[in-house]
Amino acid sequence: MRVELRHLSKRWGNVVGVDNISLEVKDGEFVALLGPSGCGKTTTLLMIAGIYKPTSGEILFDGRVVNHIPPKDRNIGMVFQSYALYPHMTVFENIAYPLKLQKVPKEEQRRRVQHVADMMGIGHLLDRKPGQLSGGQQQRVALGRALVKDPKLLLFDEPLSNLDARLRLTMRGEIKRRQMELGITSIYVTHDQVEAMTMADRIAVIKDGKLQAYDTPDELYERPRTLFIAGFIGNPPMNLIKNVEVVVEGERYIARNEAFCLEVPAERGKKVVGQGKVILGIRPEDISLADDGEGVRGEVYVVEPLGRDDLVNVQLPGDTFVHFLADPALRLKPGMPVTLRFNTEKAQFFDPHTERSLLWQ
Amino acid sequence: MAVWVETERASGLSRRVRSSLAYVLLVISVVPILVGYAWLLIATFSYRTEGLLPKDAEGNVGGWTLANWAFVTDPLIWRVTLNSLLIALAMVVGVGLASSLAGYALSRMNFAGRRGVLSMTLILHAFPSVTLLISIFFVLQAISALPGIGDIFGYNTVGGVALVMVSLDLPLGIWLMKGFFDNISWDMERAALIDGASRFRVWWEIIMPQIRPGLAALAVFTFLTGWSAYLIPATFTIGTKVSNLPVYINYLMSETSPTNWNQIAAVGLFQMIPILVFFFFTQEKLLNIYSGGTKGGV
Ligand SMILES: Nc1ncnc2c1ncn2[C@@H]1O[C@H](COP(=O)(O)OP(=O)(O)O)[C@@H](O)[C@H]1O
Ligand SMILES: [Mg+2]
Repeated sequence: MRVELRHLSKRWGNVVGVDNISLEVKDGEFVALLGPSGCGKTTTLLMIAGIYKPTSGEILFDGRVVNHIPPKDRNIGMVFQSYALYPHMTVFENIAYPLKLQKVPKEEQRRRVQHVADMMGIGHLLDRKPGQLSGGQQQRVALGRALVKDPKLLLFDEPLSNLDARLRLTMRGEIKRRQMELGITSIYVTHDQVEAMTMADRIAVIKDGKLQAYDTPDELYERPRTLFIAGFIGNPPMNLIKNVEVVVEGERYIARNEAFCLEVPAERGKKVVGQGKVILGIRPEDISLADDGEGVRGEVYVVEPLGRDDLVNVQLPGDTFVHFLADPALRLKPGMPVTLRFNTEKAQFFDPHTERSLLWQ
Repeated sequence: MAVWVETERASGLSRRVRSSLAYVLLVISVVPILVGYAWLLIATFSYRTEGLLPKDAEGNVGGWTLANWAFVTDPLIWRVTLNSLLIALAMVVGVGLASSLAGYALSRMNFAGRRGVLSMTLILHAFPSVTLLISIFFVLQAISALPGIGDIFGYNTVGGVALVMVSLDLPLGIWLMKGFFDNISWDMERAALIDGASRFRVWWEIIMPQIRPGLAALAVFTFLTGWSAYLIPATFTIGTKVSNLPVYINYLMSETSPTNWNQIAAVGLFQMIPILVFFFFTQEKLLNIYSGGTKGGV
């Protein structure tokens, strides 16, 4: 099913939950709504579900306005962060509840519940009450309940945030796989950008109720349109260095501040030259140690071991700090002098006032 | 580690001292009540009592008798007991139903005047019912004048008493139920709506089963209130045919002269028997209800 939001807004008095969001979800697409907590993700989802009435704007399913259709007639399945299982019912009764409400015959109910439960790997737990299940199992029951009625649209509201890290990883893959197999259009709310990046076909980044960007994970990562997206997408986050000026020296474009002079590829540099002081963005993975001693000099400030890499915070001359990822075998220690090479092929530039990208409009 | 074990042992000792002190205090504080119940039990089976000692007519220890229990053969007591039961059950049903519907609406729905209703119920709850006796009398008189309804819910009917008792108990019931509903996550309700349930089915199939412990607590409270009600039945009923047990006891006190305290004790004990039996069999559950609140359906 195709879902379209047109100038969707939700206000409670002076509180703005969602502010004029427009986007389209294609049939079978997996879209993540990504944003910090309180930015209006849940509100958007509940409006799509029909629980909240939009203050203004329209929601369309397959081109038809559904604003006034009650939740039960929208044919959607939803998974909540709290799972929202019915504690007084068994797993079977939980999953069968949507079918019972549709007056599906008993025998067919049994068959469909068993099918969905087996698919979710909880076929042996049907007689248990939700209180007797682990978090991961409850999550599967919730997913089963959402899937059992063959919905045209699946809504997820931070379904994995109550699980431990390991289980989250497993479930992430599992949800993605089921969605691909079944081809059900899905909207997935999360504040975890890793989740959004790994699962979604497209990501809608939301901040303060407003849509910041709506693009594929790659696009958001490689060509962030705003400073907020640059800082929000990617882990560890992009280094943002203020007061950088780009000048032309002959054929070469140079980005410089008190700490460094870096040559920038011409196609990026020419868009920034003459813009005054701008913000340079560079990801930690695009900074490396220079083996030949040529590069930006600095001093190791803090080393945070991440396991596979060390996240190293380096103080450059002046008051500039940058993070980069280093091989733990190098055993970098605070106070050690280092020389860094910046891969300026990947450098981003932002206008400090509009906070928009100078490279991608 | 060793240090920790030692402090644990020391505090174990002082804990024992403290808990035995608590027991002593508890025993001392319940002694008056226990003595009272002991007297009640002894008095009902004796001719008369001096302190806790049963005495016969000559003042010798002894004088055990069943005479005080003769009232159970009187049809009137059963009539009165039935009235008590009717009032109590009407309260359980009326208060339970009305306050769970109103509590749900107040907890979940946004409607004009919601705040007003909330503060009004709170004020009404704080209002002593004595101050309303006269106005309620006029209301019951008015109801009595209605054909049909007047015979069931009018002045000097069991139905009328039950109606008044229900409405006086509603503010508390509504507040309690609203609190129970407030504790249930919105998500569960939203999930049920999305699953395809109507608002009413959500209330009945999803929400109500989960507040069963709370509903049970409310039912126990209202039953006890109705069973032992005195002021309202005494005010709005005339004659023993329509009165309930507490009013009947009062009637005994004034009718027999000199007052036969031992008989009154027997009727009092008679009134307590259903409650004692009930508490004996449900005490564990009740403790759960009172302490657990809304731990979800079992
Ligand atoms: N029922 C409500 N009444 C008033 N304000 C609300 C209500 N629901 C959400 N909000 C406000 O709307 C904003 C967005 O909330 P929400 O959609 O839950 O954020 P998110 O899911 O992104 O964390 C928040 O500021 C929140 O306080
Ligand atoms: Mg949320």
